[in-house]
Amino acid sequence: MKISGKARLVGDKVSAESILPSAYLTAAPQKLGKHALEGIDPTFVQRVVPGDILVAGRFFGGGSSREQATLALKYCGISAVVAESFARIFFRNALNLGLPALECSWKGRVEEGDDLAIDVEAGEVRNLRTGEVFHAPPLPPFLISLLAGGGLIEQIKRQAVGL
Amino acid sequence: MLEGRTRRLVIFPRRYNAGRRVAMAGMTMAEKVLARASGRERVAAGEFVEAKIDLAMIHEITGAPSCLTLRELGIEKVWDPARIVVFNDHAVPADSEATATLQKHLREFVGDYGILNFYDLRDGICHQVLAEKGHVLPGSLIVGTDSHSCTYGALGAFSTGIGATEMVQVFATGRLWFKVPPTIKLVYIGQLPPGVTAKDMALMTVGRLGADGANYRGIEFAGPAVAGMGMSDRLTLCNMANETGAKVGMVAADGVTLDYLRDRARGQGEPVLPDADATYETTVEMDVSHLEPQVACHPAVENVKPISEVAGKEIHQAFLGSCTNGRLEDLRQAATVLKGRRIPRGVRMLVVPASQEVYLAAIREGLIETFLEAGAVVTNPNCAACGGIHGGIMAQGEVCIATTNRNFPGRMGRGTETYLASPSVVAASALAGKIADPRRL
Ligand code: SF4
Repeated sequence: MKISGKARLVGDKVSAESILPSAYLTAAPQKLGKHALEGIDPTFVQRVVPGDILVAGRFFGGGSSREQATLALKYCGISAVVAESFARIFFRNALNLGLPALECSWKGRVEEGDDLAIDVEAGEVRNLRTGEVFHAPPLPPFLISLLAGGGLIEQIKRQAVGL
Repeated sequence: MLEGRTRRLVIFPRRYNAGRRVAMAGMTMAEKVLARASGRERVAAGEFVEAKIDLAMIHEITGAPSCLTLRELGIEKVWDPARIVVFNDHAVPADSEATATLQKHLREFVGDYGILNFYDLRDGICHQVLAEKGHVLPGSLIVGTDSHSCTYGALGAFSTGIGATEMVQVFATGRLWFKVPPTIKLVYIGQLPPGVTAKDMALMTVGRLGADGANYRGIEFAGPAVAGMGMSDRLTLCNMANETGAKVGMVAADGVTLDYLRDRARGQGEPVLPDADATYETTVEMDVSHLEPQVACHPAVENVKPISEVAGKEIHQAFLGSCTNGRLEDLRQAATVLKGRRIPRGVRMLVVPASQEVYLAAIREGLIETFLEAGAVVTNPNCAACGGIHGGIMAQGEVCIATTNRNFPGRMGRGTETYLASPSVVAASALAGKIADPRRL
């Protein structure tokens, strides 16, 4: 899986509640995208171009288990999340929803709007502006195929119909 | 249409761990539960396993999507209707059409799939009721679509939060993959001074470790101060394991656990104890003998200070309740502070028992009367203001002191602040209209 897009930076410890405030938990899934990251920046979604890559600090997505937070990012057009570290439930939710999540140390070496190129299988994030490459710990093959197949629901469908 | 075939889904190829060298050291509690549940003699931190789930819990807010997806996929049967527990508990009675619809989805799911355990608006908060009604057994592997599913570690279960989509797979197959977590052992020595509680210990721990200090890891809570705790306090302690990022927070089952389960347990359980030579990532010893009441201050749960540093901060609302501190023992602590005193008009104190069982016992003990006489408002068991989706949401600029477990900015309403503390600190603060030390009343 290869992904490229512009970097959108957020800070450390952005919680699942900040990604999607509780007020929208009962909203229809398709509407969630409009509120992505509203808890820290109400104008965030206006600046996102589909395909953008979210670049976050430490412990991204902590707190609540709400998968709606991951969906909100996906529906607002984010194509992958790169973070210094992820909260565990967010990380699982991202893979299950087919949203690549790569954990690598990038602090100070990526700027807002930088062009990034990601190779998910290799666990590589390349900053095209500087040429620098950041490495994420490799995912086990079963998780790579989960991601590459579009997430858990797609996997269940495929296996269930014997493809 | 998929029924019968879904059980064969390959989540995770067995050969993935083949060839990994597993050292012959002893195992932690987390490792033992995962080994048993994945049919292996031993597992070690860092390995991936596919494990059989003993119990799965959902509630209306994060779990309704699981039910809808299951239907969309045409899966007509769940793996085991006796091992699924369903709750409408976060916002009951429904506060809006949207919530009412989610709750209706759950009722229909329970009916159509023959789910045997269903708790609706009268029963109370999932984490409290699951323990109280004996669904949580020592040594079992439990998942819930709620991050505070870690609460059941108080009974020696390996229990953790998962997302709604993963729950679809659990419903269909009863299985899920886990990465075996390394464990941090926290040993509490000494005895808590009067007026200082398990909540203060939990807050102190979060302050020490930080909000991601135990990310991906398991915690074992141990030491004399934990061994001497009742189940209510253990539930409080394990409930906040999630606030350090931990996957699980466990207390080894002992006499207290067995006593608690005696008239409640719905099954046998297979208790596990940590081996004496288990491998821990770190062991931290903490003496609680001189602990002060603690407060986690806005805007982060790890922003924990002793009460002497925050006393005097003005509050508008005081909230006593939630899966952290809505139990009978918590209500008693607050009632002791409020008895014979009067909350000033300008302060709103909300009391929300964690379950119907707690509520009834509190009425019988006269605690509810004490709350009403003091000027508090008592509502039916549910998550209420804690989750920021039901009774007790505040206006911009308002401040709440709460017995809950989270204080992310805006959790109780946009532009609001939440401070976390023990039931007695919340009660004392309600009386003073500002954060106050109950030991000084
Ligand atoms: S009481 Fe609060 S923390 Fe507990 S389950 Fe309800 S919303 Fe979550």
